[in-house]
Amino acid sequence: MFDFSVVTTWIDEGLRSIMPAAGAIAIECVLIGVLLLAVYAVFALVLILAERKVCAAFQCRLGPNRVGPWGSIQTVADMVKIITKEIISIRHVDSFLHNLAPFLVIIASLLAFSCIPFAKGLHILDFNVGILFMIAASSIGIVGILLAGWSSNNKFSLIGAMRSGAQMISYELSIGLSIMTIVVLSGTMQISELAEGQNELWFIFKGHIPACIAFVVYLIAGTAETNRGPFDLPEAESELTAGYHTEYSGMHFGFYYVAEFVNMFIVAAIATTVFLGGWMPLHIPGLDSFNHAMNYIPSLFWFLGKSIVMVFVIMWFKWTFPRLRIDQLIRLEWKYLLPLNLVNLILMVLIVALGWHF
Amino acid sequence: MNSLVKYFSDFFSALKSLLTGMKTTLKVFFRKKTTERYPENRENLYIAEQFRGRLEMIHTQDNHHYCVACGICQMNCPNGTIQVESQTLTNAEGKTEKVLAAYRYDLGKCLFCELCVRTCPHQAIRFTNCFENAVFTRQKLQFVLNRPGASLQPKPAKAPASADNTNPAKPE
Amino acid sequence: MNTIQSIIQELCPQAVFVQTENEPLQVSLSAAQLAKLIEPLRHNAALQFDYLEDLVGMDFGERLGVIYRLYSTVHKHRILIECQAESRQEPELPTLSHIWAIANFYEREVFDFFGIHFIGHPDMRRLFLRSDHIGYPLRKDYDPESNPLKLEDEFLPDDTSVYVEHDGKLQVEGHTVFEKDEYVVNIGPQHPATHGVLHFQVSLQGEIVKKVDVHCGYIHRGIEKMCESMTYPQTLAMTDRLDYLSAHQNRHALCACIEDAIGLEVPRRAQYIRVLMDELSRIQSHLLFYATFCMDLGALTPFFYGFRDREKILNIFEDTTGGRLIQNYNVIGGVARDLHPDFIKKTREFVNYLPNVLKEYHDVFTNNVIFRQRAKGIGLLSKEQALSFGVTGPSARASNLSCDVRKHNPYSIYDEVMFKEILYPNGDCLDRYMVRMDEILQSLSIIEQLLDKIPQGDFCAKTKPVIKLPEGRFFKSVETARGEFGVFIESHGDKYPYRLKFHSPCLPLVSVVDTLASGNKIADLITIGASLDYVVPDIDR
Repeated sequence: MFDFSVVTTWIDEGLRSIMPAAGAIAIECVLIGVLLLAVYAVFALVLILAERKVCAAFQCRLGPNRVGPWGSIQTVADMVKIITKEIISIRHVDSFLHNLAPFLVIIASLLAFSCIPFAKGLHILDFNVGILFMIAASSIGIVGILLAGWSSNNKFSLIGAMRSGAQMISYELSIGLSIMTIVVLSGTMQISELAEGQNELWFIFKGHIPACIAFVVYLIAGTAETNRGPFDLPEAESELTAGYHTEYSGMHFGFYYVAEFVNMFIVAAIATTVFLGGWMPLHIPGLDSFNHAMNYIPSLFWFLGKSIVMVFVIMWFKWTFPRLRIDQLIRLEWKYLLPLNLVNLILMVLIVALGWHF
Repeated sequence: MNSLVKYFSDFFSALKSLLTGMKTTLKVFFRKKTTERYPENRENLYIAEQFRGRLEMIHTQDNHHYCVACGICQMNCPNGTIQVESQTLTNAEGKTEKVLAAYRYDLGKCLFCELCVRTCPHQAIRFTNCFENAVFTRQKLQFVLNRPGASLQPKPAKAPASADNTNPAKPE
Repeated sequence: MNTIQSIIQELCPQAVFVQTENEPLQVSLSAAQLAKLIEPLRHNAALQFDYLEDLVGMDFGERLGVIYRLYSTVHKHRILIECQAESRQEPELPTLSHIWAIANFYEREVFDFFGIHFIGHPDMRRLFLRSDHIGYPLRKDYDPESNPLKLEDEFLPDDTSVYVEHDGKLQVEGHTVFEKDEYVVNIGPQHPATHGVLHFQVSLQGEIVKKVDVHCGYIHRGIEKMCESMTYPQTLAMTDRLDYLSAHQNRHALCACIEDAIGLEVPRRAQYIRVLMDELSRIQSHLLFYATFCMDLGALTPFFYGFRDREKILNIFEDTTGGRLIQNYNVIGGVARDLHPDFIKKTREFVNYLPNVLKEYHDVFTNNVIFRQRAKGIGLLSKEQALSFGVTGPSARASNLSCDVRKHNPYSIYDEVMFKEILYPNGDCLDRYMVRMDEILQSLSIIEQLLDKIPQGDFCAKTKPVIKLPEGRFFKSVETARGEFGVFIESHGDKYPYRLKFHSPCLPLVSVVDTLASGNKIADLITIGASLDYVVPDIDR
């Protein structure tokens, strides 16, 4: 298995050998920042295109097919368009908060994105409570959305933001608890160790019943957390036109749009890391030759492949189900998911304590 | 107890309905797509023969039409789309006769109700199934339907079926 | 009939009766007499007129007035009441809105077009035209020059007036629609879920809808006024532009009304073709209903399924009629042209294709638990409310109100085909949806029955070059995809109608939105609106 930390340590040592440590760290920070932003943008473009293609296929259409072969550079063209678009300044808005809100959303999304372990040794932030940090960072986004709704001075926006607040705070519980279930199983909160810990067997198999339940709960809650259909109430277009970002234009709207798509990837990536072994290849205990063969596939491909499957499942949800109503949404969380989650957590504790996992 | 059973049966029937839905959409996912790729498939595009795209005047090969400028179409048009301009000429035998000067048709106003075609006593006009009528200005939607130099078909021949229909009136 | 006449005679000795053969009884009353008669008309055990079919404003020349058409679902009888206001300058009539809820909207419409004040009406605002419109356009002496095109925004007043009579004197009282501190959200005129330019002012309390105020008329084209200066064949072109999803049926109604009036026999082949086309357009309308309903509930994939399959019907239409949305197919005396040679083959293919796809529709949407919970028990419309609001069509049949014109008053060849009138008991959004899905199957069965039996012969009867209707009042209604579409013609023997009134099924539908949505959530308002399936051009006319 190729370890990317070889590359990173080589760059680090190279820099340190030609300049003082502080300078090296400064250059590394800039380098990583630029790289992060670039990867983030590329992911957003690819995901938007993928969404449009997948959605088209579900709807017996072809999707984008004009710009580039099979419409492959459609989203690049869209990006150029949205960057050149005018950001309309609106009267009667709280302009400071109005302009701040999209940045909060994108920063939260970037912070969470930087925690993702893409391959063995290829991650930016990795410390002992990494998964907790990731959940915490991703929930800053709600502040941006609430601010957007409040500062827009638009009734649709305000209703959308309030819905979003109620929804995200509710579903954060389920996300936290379902990940907690796996933390109980793995005994660590560090993201790299979570991945390493699945060397033998992925957690979803290792923890069997409670892990599977936690996985399903996580998927539902994660979809809700990203405000995607069928949980897209905050921007329910048939009710609230565009919800909290009704009044945004140009790249400010673009930030929300991009953040939504990357958040979807982040949710898929966490699901991959926590439940499906992260970048770890599929290993089956006892089949050594099979495990060995699997190791030849680079870890980056394993990670991306699993994430893509998860992203597809989330898209599949969106393009199949009708939107929930606000009371259904809250009921689903508090009446079904939360009790299920708590029972599941206890079940997992019992299983770990008694050693009944694989 | 009953409510507990209901709680779980509700939960599982709900789950089943969701999975059925997902199965159906996945089936469609792999089906043939129905998108028509319009400008590319222009050559073999099927447009119904009857489709009312634009009014045209039937012209014979030797540049004759059948319009006697009676103005019935103009009278019947609910929207004032048609204007028949006629002039009075004296023919070789010394008789005066009303002759079509310009048959003006405003596509932008047309309701496509076909009353003009239905009421025309000489079947001089008809609708073509040409559907690419989009233009940039309203002026371009105003047509003169009789071709330059065209004159009324002389009396004996009267078979509109033999008309040449390959060449619809061109916009100015 | 005699019982009606004798009861009314007893209550109003001065009433003037006109009775013609095969026509409902006509009564002429003064405003004061009508005021006395309203209660008995509704509640007298022998009359029980529980359904206000239509309320047609009229300019009688010297005076303005209204023609009421009432129907009793209990006794199955009908009456036409003509009521003229005393003065042309300040015309006043008693309101009916406290008895028949739909009169509220109808009277606003008459006020809008004729300027007749209805005494006791709770909300005497214009319904279609702008509040700053000058004059009343359907009066015969209206000057169109008095209202040049206005380019500034329309001011929507929050208050309205009520005309009350005190000791024989008319007083105007103010009345507010929305209080100052209410949280009012504008849904529309540009909004994805209003299916056109319809405007709801919704007062909210959090997510809960407190009140809905409907503003219509954003695409009011004055079709009824235009028709007054058109020959009968020309008026046909207007019908397709009312409810564009029931274009065939609308045109069928007008053609049938004119044919009945001039006593024209329509050839059998034309009758068959008309019914086939009516049912096909019912299916395509319901498919579009399915599509938009799914979209309003946030399910975007089924939306495309509906459109995909509707396209197949439009292709069949296009082959034969030459139009996809605006077909222009029915003409006075029959249909415009014969069926396309492929029609039977393509229709049969479609009839075989659709049931399998419908199963998919149900799998992906109907049985979905999210949809069921969103639609079940939401927007309850009771049978009595449906009747009082004059709701017809699938929306009424979901409230267990049997009202299918095809069954109750068969026109064309509907008495020769077998089909079931779909009734559902609850009157909620789910039932309104299910009625339509089941009606698709019924329509398919009608098409299957007719497809093999289309008789040979003419597709159109010969008509005179200039069609003149004899003097009189003519009425015909058909069942469109949304309910009963009626045509009322007052003819003075000319080649133009003196007054042509289209009774649209969608105006009653939009008038119940306030009743159904109040107390529900804002998402339910969208569900209710979608389940009623109104088409805005049909409301505004």
